[in-house]
Amino acid sequence: MSFQVEITPENKVYGKTPLLTDNVMHYCPGCSHGTIHKLVAEVIEEMGLQDKTIGVSPVGCSVFAYNYIHIDWIQAAHGRACAVATAAKRLTPEKMVFTYQGDGDLSAIGTAESIHACNRGENIVVIYVNNAIYGMTGGQMAPTTLLGMKTATSPAGREAAIHGYPYKIAEIVSMLDGVCYVTRQSVQSPAAARKAKKALRQAFENAMAGKGLSFVEMVSSCNSGWKQSPVDANKWMEENMFPFYKLGDIKVATEPKEA
Amino acid sequence: MEEIKLIKGNEAVAEGAIRSGCDGYFGYPITPQSEVLETLMELRPWESTGMVVVQAESEVSSINMVYGGAACGKRVMTSSSSPGVSLMAEGLSYLAGAELPCLVVNVQRGGPGLGTIQPSQADYFQAVKGTAHGDFKMIVLAPNSVQEMYDHVFDGFDLAFKYRIPVMMLSDGIIGQMMEKVVMTRQRPRWTKEEVSQISDSWATLGKHAGREKNVITSLELDSQIMEKRNEHLQAKYRKIEAAEVRFEESQMEDAEYVVVAFGSSARIASEAVSMARAAGMKVGLLRPITLWPFPTKRIEELAGRVKGFLVPELNAGQMVEDVRLAVNGKVPVWHYGRMGGMIYSPEDIFNELKNNAR
Repeated sequence: MSFQVEITPENKVYGKTPLLTDNVMHYCPGCSHGTIHKLVAEVIEEMGLQDKTIGVSPVGCSVFAYNYIHIDWIQAAHGRACAVATAAKRLTPEKMVFTYQGDGDLSAIGTAESIHACNRGENIVVIYVNNAIYGMTGGQMAPTTLLGMKTATSPAGREAAIHGYPYKIAEIVSMLDGVCYVTRQSVQSPAAARKAKKALRQAFENAMAGKGLSFVEMVSSCNSGWKQSPVDANKWMEENMFPFYKLGDIKVATEPKEA
Repeated sequence: MEEIKLIKGNEAVAEGAIRSGCDGYFGYPITPQSEVLETLMELRPWESTGMVVVQAESEVSSINMVYGGAACGKRVMTSSSSPGVSLMAEGLSYLAGAELPCLVVNVQRGGPGLGTIQPSQADYFQAVKGTAHGDFKMIVLAPNSVQEMYDHVFDGFDLAFKYRIPVMMLSDGIIGQMMEKVVMTRQRPRWTKEEVSQISDSWATLGKHAGREKNVITSLELDSQIMEKRNEHLQAKYRKIEAAEVRFEESQMEDAEYVVVAFGSSARIASEAVSMARAAGMKVGLLRPITLWPFPTKRIEELAGRVKGFLVPELNAGQMVEDVRLAVNGKVPVWHYGRMGGMIYSPEDIFNELKNNAR
């Protein structure tokens, strides 16, 4: 028995956005970055912002984000993406400027740049991928690593007395007046990815409307760093990460920031 | 009628920034250069030329804002003093690696560490040799007057865009803080959007359009064979700059038997010492490098063939003297004379050094 598939606009259910390049992604199978990249590319395409968008990639696994989305990119020094994005947006305010950063980049080495860009209310979007580990360097402890979690630099599990506590930078930046939107999302299921995409769209719209900084955290798995299968890693994330990093909107400013 | 102002060197940098068509300044307060940011905030250029001024949370952030602005094809700059410039080291390496044009002003103070807020020239090595990791160079301009602190903003941007390279203006607390007359003959508007596009669309992040592939600003390359090629490309550019951009100034060199080589504020003091030596019948000339990199190596080589010795006064423990020695290559004696920690020599001090050595 054979099926003949007729490709017509009516029966097309999915197509890759032309903004995603055909480059084979360097991410590990099971990694969340690929899905998040796709969502970002789709939002840019749907909003018609390809020629207006400048992405700022970090140091970490997503350093090569510029290989995967057909927009202009600036690759920033480790932790400095928000400073780089600040200048790009201030000097070209008609542009859509976003940073794409991991938890090591944004919440460890880049804490100062991130917090102050938030506090100045730069009209940019910060996409913060939190998988509680340093993936690129081989699975070391991050500021977001959960207590008890084993990593290359906390081989016995993270102990508060030695390493301090995991921290929630999304909640911290939500207290700053320059920030208009803080949300925590995930992409481990089609339903979660749809919600995450909606959040990204909201954030991009905020930036173009000049409402201040929008901060979108993506709680993600790192099956390689966590030393689990992709399926197990997602399950572990749901059972361990989500209770600590609770999903949903943290701040939605109803009033525009005061001039 | 030409516009003339009596201002500090640091204020001249701010005035020069606005009048040179600078698009963005990003800085953090540090003595003895805080007047640059203060003056800009006072003058509010965002209301006149549209220039952006941001007080950053640190020098680390300042230099990375410069990186972001330069990536967008804009004329951007920062200024700081020695400890702050140390914090910018990583960013300067990225700027050089990604071939981004920008201007960085260092109004030097004495070190090491927190050191002193008093003037010094102890960052010569940092500016011309060991700025940060990796093989790279910056063009380094050394102003010796308030006028030059104004003019070097223009020259700095011109050179930065001519070669897509970071340019450093290496000034110090003497020139930054002293007041002199500045003639503001040079003025020009900011580039229009069309001009930016014309100048930089081939490489800058102006937004990907149908007419070209995406532009990516990066210094990263994991393939060693390609990375070596990138390094070779940078080095070839540096050789071109060495051949074309050496700037220096000479006085009383025709019959000179001894040469004083001094830059920046030291050259001002040395110039008076040379006059004293001439009045005493000594045949002494002054060579003032204006670009510290590229260095006037060739000219010093030539002079070494016909003079009896070189004196290199610097407000440090002996830094530029190494480049003079490399150029002289043992042909004649080279003496260093320095003060440190914010202490400054007088013309008499340099004159005495000349008398003691030149005989």
